[in-house]
Amino acid sequence: MRVPISWIKDFVDIDIPVELLAERLTVAGLEVAQVQYIGLPQTDVPGVRMPRADHLVWDREKLLLGRIVEVKAHPNADRLVLALVDYGGEALEQCVTGATNLFGYKDQGEITPPIWGAFAMEGAVVWDGHSEKARHMTLKGKELRGIYNRSMVCSEKELGISDEHEGVIILDHDDRYAAGTPLADILGDVVLDIEFTPNLARCFSMIGVAREIAAILGCEMRYPSFEFVAEGETIAGQVCIEIREPALNPRFTLTLLRDTEVKPSPFWLRHRLKLIGQRPRNNIVDVTNYITFEVGQPLHAFDYDKLADRAGGTPTIITRLPEPGEKLETLDDVERDLGAETILVADTAGALAVGGVIGGGETEISDSTRNVLLEGAAWNNINIRKTIKDQRVYTEASARFSRGVHPSQAILGSTRGIELMRQLGGGIVARGVVDAYPNPPETVRIELPITRVTRLLGMEVTIERAADVLRRLEFEVDIRGDVIVATAPDHRLDISADSVVGQADLLEEIARVIGYDQIPDTIMADEMPPQWENTDLYIEERIRDALAGMGLFEVINYRFTNRDTEAMLVPDGVASSLPDADYVEIVNPSASDRNVLRHTLMTNMLETAGNNASYQETQQVFEVGKVYLQGAETLPDEPLHVGILLTGRRHTSSWQDADESQVALDFFDMKGIVENLLHDLHIGEFDYSKGGHCGLHPGRSADILLRGKCIGSFGEVHPQVAERFKLTNDKVIYAELEVAPLVRHHRRLHAIEPLPTSPAILEDIALIVDGTVAANEVEAVIRQAGGRLLKSARLFDVYTGDPIPPGKKSLAYALTYQDPERTLTDKNAAKIRKKIIGATRHRLGAELRS
Amino acid sequence: MSNTIELIREEALASILDVNSSDALVEWRSRFIGRKGAVNGLFNTIGTLPRDERAAFGQRVNALQSKLTEAYDKREALIRQRALAMDLEDGDIDISLPAHPRPKGGLHPSTRTHREFQKIWADMGFHVYQSFDVEEDDFNFTLLNLPPHHPARDMQDTFYTANPKVLLRTHTSPGQIRAMRELGAGGSQPIRVILPGMCYRQEQVTARSEIQFTQVEGLAIGRNIRMSDLKGTIAEFAKRIYNPNAKVRYRASYFPFTEPSMEVDVECFLCDGEGCRVCKYTGWLEIAGSGMVHPTVLRNGGYDPNVWSGFAFGMGPERITMLKHGIQDIRYFWGNDLRFLKQF
Ligand SMILES: [Zn+2]
Repeated sequence: MRVPISWIKDFVDIDIPVELLAERLTVAGLEVAQVQYIGLPQTDVPGVRMPRADHLVWDREKLLLGRIVEVKAHPNADRLVLALVDYGGEALEQCVTGATNLFGYKDQGEITPPIWGAFAMEGAVVWDGHSEKARHMTLKGKELRGIYNRSMVCSEKELGISDEHEGVIILDHDDRYAAGTPLADILGDVVLDIEFTPNLARCFSMIGVAREIAAILGCEMRYPSFEFVAEGETIAGQVCIEIREPALNPRFTLTLLRDTEVKPSPFWLRHRLKLIGQRPRNNIVDVTNYITFEVGQPLHAFDYDKLADRAGGTPTIITRLPEPGEKLETLDDVERDLGAETILVADTAGALAVGGVIGGGETEISDSTRNVLLEGAAWNNINIRKTIKDQRVYTEASARFSRGVHPSQAILGSTRGIELMRQLGGGIVARGVVDAYPNPPETVRIELPITRVTRLLGMEVTIERAADVLRRLEFEVDIRGDVIVATAPDHRLDISADSVVGQADLLEEIARVIGYDQIPDTIMADEMPPQWENTDLYIEERIRDALAGMGLFEVINYRFTNRDTEAMLVPDGVASSLPDADYVEIVNPSASDRNVLRHTLMTNMLETAGNNASYQETQQVFEVGKVYLQGAETLPDEPLHVGILLTGRRHTSSWQDADESQVALDFFDMKGIVENLLHDLHIGEFDYSKGGHCGLHPGRSADILLRGKCIGSFGEVHPQVAERFKLTNDKVIYAELEVAPLVRHHRRLHAIEPLPTSPAILEDIALIVDGTVAANEVEAVIRQAGGRLLKSARLFDVYTGDPIPPGKKSLAYALTYQDPERTLTDKNAAKIRKKIIGATRHRLGAELRS
Repeated sequence: MSNTIELIREEALASILDVNSSDALVEWRSRFIGRKGAVNGLFNTIGTLPRDERAAFGQRVNALQSKLTEAYDKREALIRQRALAMDLEDGDIDISLPAHPRPKGGLHPSTRTHREFQKIWADMGFHVYQSFDVEEDDFNFTLLNLPPHHPARDMQDTFYTANPKVLLRTHTSPGQIRAMRELGAGGSQPIRVILPGMCYRQEQVTARSEIQFTQVEGLAIGRNIRMSDLKGTIAEFAKRIYNPNAKVRYRASYFPFTEPSMEVDVECFLCDGEGCRVCKYTGWLEIAGSGMVHPTVLRNGGYDPNVWSGFAFGMGPERITMLKHGIQDIRYFWGNDLRFLKQF
């Protein structure tokens, strides 16, 4: 809400710089999001940081209040006039101006009563009124169609008040100001843009903000008068009220003004409305808006005669829920279907307005309205919230009623509103108020021991000080021993009647007004809770470290996807191996392709690979993240998975070994990563079986078995799947593992092998076997035959082709023999070698390659 | 025979002057003082000499051997010295050639920030408690003092699931209730946890807002937890994550699940509080929302709010990462462009 300081000063004197005020309000919870200066300079306040304002500071010598004494025709131009201005100088100054709102005074002689304008002398800096862009200009003397001119009367745009440039400013007459008074003293202003959190509904008005300022600064609050001059017949009998839903409409008040004149509002009212961003309409509607912003009580004005016509006599206002199928055309020309819970203001002939939200078109104020019936009512805020959502209509009234306006405010708004209407439009106010108040809120009284304040804040607060803060906020306070008994003021709905919650409410007020900066910083002295270790997290982070350490980059994907994209992982004619669970479906997705939570990391990983493909010659990435499997329970399972993706070159090319870099990452790179990862967690007993993941190439993929159970798969992405994800340039290798089994089976404690003290004997053997024999079978036979003394057998070459016979392959192993207890001789080694060769020949038909 | 000794001496000492490489030196040594070298050849002839000449001859051959060994040692030192000098002089490489790329991986910036957070909070006794992404409406809202139609529900645009009572958590706060119920032993045990995790909001994805983001929330419950403890604890965190002299500002605010509530600002570390684009020229950066746990929330977690109190705070790791690295666009985080990820 835009809050002009000039308006706030109606209610409270502010004796600190506005910058400091903004800071104090902000730390007290009324966040000042922006400060707009109108004509006044920005002040530098030590310790307060403010964005530098870029605005026009009005020259106190050259921008002055001027009385426009007379307006004459311009001898050479129809669209210009000459205004003679008394600006407090020795002679009148003649300004050439095209202001249309002065044309009516042309050649009428001296203007009485006097009118007042914003006068700018030669040398004054103003905004360029004719420029589209915001631009300063300095006033210089020059001829305008043959008449020398060096000064001007200003429009709002030229002073930076608004965008209005049609006519010049014409101020109301004000005895306090003589011609020549600096404009800065009259129209200079600062507007604070304050954002209110939902608990600050009571502050959503000038009085609401002023009350906070008075409490924070510890100064006096001056309320406006809520008296009204009522010289007409009593209102009783001229209108009736019938409230059918007191829970939704706790109070309804009406006042009546007869024989008034609907016309434009005076300058001061239009000016204030414009400062807060409201468009002035006419004096009646303007007052309803003005009171909405000043008191915080939205009002609604009806044309009384139209109501009387509809009723065929004395109107009765009825607040009720709609009839089935009932409709209403509202002020914004929308025909609305009314929801079953939309509270209406109606009369005997039908609906008139959506209560607390928006009026109907038929009974609104028009230029010919003479008699005004003014509504000030209270509405249930939750119900108004529903209506806003239902009807998608947001008004200043609904903004306030949906946050909550205390019913006590209804009468204040009505009385102040009707009096202001009388003052501006004339007429006679009917005596009294029709006030139906079937459902007043209960008075909230809270007992707060001062020891609780001290204990919860961690700061000594005397009972007198705490009581003083609450009194400044208009609580009624009794001190009984060391207990504060506080009764909430009747503008607040936010203090809970629940004793502990109410205490917290008061505590917040005390802390906030004293200032959070006054509370010391302490270290918790409380008992330390039992400590425990989060093994799941430990392993999760170990996995990340292990993979990053192997040269992979971590990615984090959206957890959203859609069914069709996941279905792309299932090639034609292949059975799905994806989790057999329901999806968590989002009913209001941000985009239709993100309408379920994922079952696998694979689609997101493939998409990420596709996105990066054009920039990267190699991609080695992983994600550790949840998937979401909906079962019969209310909430889905959220198991953690790790997905790994490799594609492109194994090495990034270097100027020295460009050839080597051409080798593409393959299945065995992934196998190395998987094994390193399992080794890092000291999981020894794992095995592989032929891959069963539908999204992977059936002949170039493997399942990872841990104690016989499949915990994940890896391999080349199925060519059809790769094609669907437009990953056809390089082979893509993918792995996905469940994390839970890794957590379960990881070994925290593992013994190391002592370093051998005796030397090892190394030798290579190459065996020729059938092409169909798997390498792990060969290795198993070698190890078995080699026994205890065969320390390691590492496959270092696989060869087919000449001179190896077709259908055969050569596997070359580097063997290490070692006895930890003694030094082996060549003879010992030869014996083991012989055993190995014998066993492989016997069991695999292997021949030694010479 | 003595002539032979002289001849060998002369030849050896003359030829060593032409020895300029370690290979040639090895050759020279085997020719003269090696096992099959000339000097050993002389020793082998001792037996053929008359007895009375043997001793004298032997002495002279010994002298020759030491002389040549000495010459060898000298020459070896000289050659080594020359080789060293040459290596230092001529072995220069073009150090401006590009490095050979080494495989390098890295953690996501969000993970890095989470770890930094977790470490700091662990030092203050806060353990990590992980909770669900998909939550019940009750836990996400109602039990946190946000009953249906509470105005603050509008502050959070929620993703709802096909089950109207189930949603994607909009904040990590539902974990507060779960942690209290799980760890509080029926409201009888103190708690210190942080709750990191992914949260979701139904928003337009722009440079400033995302549909998923991580949060770290903290919760301390005890019999004597004070608001001053909250201030002290958060200030300690701010000092550790930014700098030891970081100025902190506390603003009254509103969160349904805390009361009193406060926003915590830290002096902008990019401009030292002078005002810059990032801090919108205010000199302050908002780093955490916090407050004393609302009595209703304590109750819903199983604690008696007359006896127990607590504080809670919440922070956005992405936002802090953005500030620290000058990241302008929040979409970088889940965009996973390796050109971005490789910069950490
Ligand atoms: Zn800054």
